[in-house]
Amino acid sequence: MTPVLETRAITRDYQIGGLLGGRSLLHAVKGATLKVEKGKTLAIVGESGSGKSTLARILTLIDPPTSGELLIEGEAIDIAHHGVSKALRRKVQMVFQNPYGSLNPRQKIGDVLAEPLLINTDMKAAERADKAMAMLIKVGLGPEHFNRYPHMFSGGQRQRIAIARALMLNPSLLVLDEPISALDLSVQAQILNLLADLQDEFGLTYVFISHDLSVVRYIADDVMVMYLGEVVEQGTREAVFADPQHAYTQALFAATPRADVATIKARLARRAAQAAM
Amino acid sequence: MPLLEIKNLTVSFDTSAGLFHAVQGIDLSVDAREVLAIVGESGSGKSVEMLAVMGLLPRSATVTADRMLFDGKDLLNMAPADKRRIIGKDIAMIFQEPVASLNPCFTIGFQLEETLRFHLGLDKPARRKRAVELLEQVGIRDPEQRLGAYPHQMSGGQCQRVMIAMAIACNPKLLIADEPTTALDVTVQKQILELLMGLQERNGMALIMITHNIGVVAETADRVIVQYRGHKMEESDVLTLFTAPTSPYTRALLAALPDNATGDRLPTVGDFREAVTS
Repeated sequence: MTPVLETRAITRDYQIGGLLGGRSLLHAVKGATLKVEKGKTLAIVGESGSGKSTLARILTLIDPPTSGELLIEGEAIDIAHHGVSKALRRKVQMVFQNPYGSLNPRQKIGDVLAEPLLINTDMKAAERADKAMAMLIKVGLGPEHFNRYPHMFSGGQRQRIAIARALMLNPSLLVLDEPISALDLSVQAQILNLLADLQDEFGLTYVFISHDLSVVRYIADDVMVMYLGEVVEQGTREAVFADPQHAYTQALFAATPRADVATIKARLARRAAQAAM
Repeated sequence: MPLLEIKNLTVSFDTSAGLFHAVQGIDLSVDAREVLAIVGESGSGKSVEMLAVMGLLPRSATVTADRMLFDGKDLLNMAPADKRRIIGKDIAMIFQEPVASLNPCFTIGFQLEETLRFHLGLDKPARRKRAVELLEQVGIRDPEQRLGAYPHQMSGGQCQRVMIAMAIACNPKLLIADEPTTALDVTVQKQILELLMGLQERNGMALIMITHNIGVVAETADRVIVQYRGHKMEESDVLTLFTAPTSPYTRALLAALPDNATGDRLPTVGDFREAVTS
């Protein structure tokens, strides 16, 4: 079966400086090769400066890669020379970290959801509104929310709206850039459940960008770890979590706070010993 | 005697939709050298009650309490001038957004020395010496040079280190850390937590850690208060919280951790709603 998303040795350079200072090249992504099958989730893990969001911009056709190949549903994409067609735009959608910043404060939710249809299809207004309402209910909101503005919603509800908007065009690939890191713990669980339900129902493929390893372990089929633009580790979730190979991945695991009883007991014992000294 | 003792604290905000009660009758105490974690989601009132202690709430807030004692002194009925001598000196606070907490127009050296001048009245050479010492304590390399740096020239983790240096400048008895690592990367978070815990042990400070991250609680706290919508749900020592939580809300929070996921679906607080609200 053709993978929904495939990249071969994608790189992206940015030119920094110039005008008066010396110019230099920043290699934001240094050769990322990946493949995601239909209905699967690839998690990209890394911290700020690792190039994970730059890669996301390339996967969502916002920026062209400097070199390398990008294939969506087996078709080679070259937006630098051929642009993005409407058909292509419908296949890939994105959900951002901050649902406050990604919704227009002066647009009603119904219009937020209908806008992708207005831009990308020839649907009539009534049909657009019907579809928007159906999607609103699908993501767990109610008909009474249709005519409300973004500020009237909580963070979790806004993220539901952002997800609903991304799904309006029936995309096959959804790129989620830290979709739950701005949310409270119990709301995180709700959004993760919603994403799992939607993936089952629509056969969606996810690229899930995160720095939270416990979330990645929960949601991912495959994991890719990036560090300073380089892909340092790649494999199935089981392999990466059971036996991380790269020193950076190991450091990342070691740095993640652990909430198990044995760790707490060890810490308290250490503290008691220190106090006794 | 506890270092900070609060009885029946309420905070309400005057909003256009009427009074909003952010904190509803919270009792809270911290002993010297103790690490207390206050856990809760947004809207639980955890930050508001600490801002009430610091006196940093806006005018629209009404704070009442039966008692609010710090080190035997009544914070509620204290003259503002007396309170200013305590806040920033004996009680210090650090915030979630380190870059936003620093003034972008002044060097970090200036901002550090301002605290030392105001509270300790040190002269210029003594201030500078102490500022260098503080930056060294929080693990900033080349402290003499970094004193001349502006906040935008430093990373988020470094800015948080500077904030911590400012907070501990006058050897406070109590440090309040409001989500100190939420905006930082995991590896940086570990460094900052280690720094805070090291300083807490070495200087013998009491530390109140406000967080929504259960992992951070497990790694730092002696005692934990769990809050939900302005009410205290549970107060336990850290081990009890994780082994035998008494409140349904705590159980819901722990179950919602992806770490603890057993089946296909994560339990959410909604699944416990009836138990939580009863």
